[in-house]
Amino acid sequence: METEKDDVLTKPGTPLKEPVIVIEHLYKSFGDNAVLKDFNLIINEEENVVVLGKSGSGKSVLIKCIIGLLKPDSGNIFVFGENVPDMAHEELDRIRTKMGFLFQGNALYDSMTVRENLEFPLRRHWIGFSQAKVDGLVMEALGNVGLKHAVDMMPAELSGGMLKRVALARTMILQPDIILYDEPTTGLDPVTAREIDTLIITLQRKYHTSSIIISHDMNCVKNTADRVVLLLDGKCYTEGTYLDFEKSTDENIRQFFE
Amino acid sequence: MAPFSQTKKFLDDTGSISRFAGHFFSIGIKPRYEIKELLAQCYIIGYKSLPLIGLTGFIMGLVLTMQLRPSLIIYGVESKLPVMIGIAIVREIGPVITALIFAGKIGSSIGAELGSMKVTEQIDAMEVSGTNPFKYLVATRILAATLMLPVLTLLGDAISLFGAYLGVNIHTVTNYHLFFTQVFQSLSFGDVLPAFIKTFFFGFAVGVIGCYKGYFSSKGTRGVGNSANSAVVLASVMIFVIDLLAVQITDVLGLN
Repeated sequence: METEKDDVLTKPGTPLKEPVIVIEHLYKSFGDNAVLKDFNLIINEEENVVVLGKSGSGKSVLIKCIIGLLKPDSGNIFVFGENVPDMAHEELDRIRTKMGFLFQGNALYDSMTVRENLEFPLRRHWIGFSQAKVDGLVMEALGNVGLKHAVDMMPAELSGGMLKRVALARTMILQPDIILYDEPTTGLDPVTAREIDTLIITLQRKYHTSSIIISHDMNCVKNTADRVVLLLDGKCYTEGTYLDFEKSTDENIRQFFE
Repeated sequence: MAPFSQTKKFLDDTGSISRFAGHFFSIGIKPRYEIKELLAQCYIIGYKSLPLIGLTGFIMGLVLTMQLRPSLIIYGVESKLPVMIGIAIVREIGPVITALIFAGKIGSSIGAELGSMKVTEQIDAMEVSGTNPFKYLVATRILAATLMLPVLTLLGDAISLFGAYLGVNIHTVTNYHLFFTQVFQSLSFGDVLPAFIKTFFFGFAVGVIGCYKGYFSSKGTRGVGNSANSAVVLASVMIFVIDLLAVQITDVLGLN
């Protein structure tokens, strides 16, 4: 199956949007294990792209390279026109205010309350904010995920779904333009997973964000994807809409529906 | 091959820890300063360790006195007991025992805490939040350990000497003023200062090793456990190595 990137981007009726992330010829290896091999991808404004792939296929490595947690061996990752691999630490901090990252395991600071978890990125990036302003933003973020009542609870007191929602609130609190989701529904029951999918879409519409969602959960793909990219053997094997994937007879795609 | 690979691993580890310590001086002590986190760590590392250090110091002074007294009676120098106790505690036993207990409590705690944060991606989350985790987590803990151990040693020494005073009074009634006058008259500048200075190095070693082991913890619960365990073992060995070097240096400088 040939890549459908050009078809999707120029599909009649699809408004042309500015690219916010452009990935060119990305290579990343760990020792002898080449994870990404000449990976290319473009993410446009307000677009939700799901990167689909099997475990260990390099999906998480990809988004960690985008946010600068991992340095690629070669290739370019342009975020709003700036090449992330070339950035110094201070420049990375600046570009990271425009990007949010939802970790697979939530990565909430377990020694801090929910309020402190949400305040942490605010305090680091927006130093001049008054306490009242910070409190307002924290409560707004928690309100978005329906967890205002949990503001003074510790992460250990929350359920899996609540943890994910708090993590989502923390990711959104700086109101980033791009959000990277690392398997947002993994480990959640179908009802909670559906709630998280709905939240992703609701917040995307509210804040007009662009997203890359790493997943192998086809319900999540169906609910959230504007476009789906299949990562196979370190490359973009194919891309299209969820319906394109659902109709496909390609063995590498069918296995995700079985 | 086993001894060769073990030696290579030891040398690799030593090089990595030295680089990590160098990183502390090149990055950790530059602005932006994490004062709030440093004070929080001083409270956790210093204040919360005081009961344990105090208790062990008290028992150490008491036991040392009870063990030494019969031997000194045999040689007819029982009156020199406060002098011996004072020199032993202030010069050597106080700093080393306090540092070893500190390594057990704080080294393992830092190793496990950072190891756990590493495997649950909290350190990555911190980096994504625009915080340099080395400055926020590592530099503050190393600095707090370096500053708090000397304070704890001073307090531990004082409590230990008080324990020794009670130990002396189990068999004979000794005046409080007389006991402590004898202790302090036997101590000179050359006894107190080198012993005090080396505790900064002990604290630094415990902080660096605890942070290094935690920061580079391997994944999984076993990885976290190994980090905590190896932090204690390595820090304890380093305390003796530093103590050995400190004795040699004070000897060369004529402070003994």
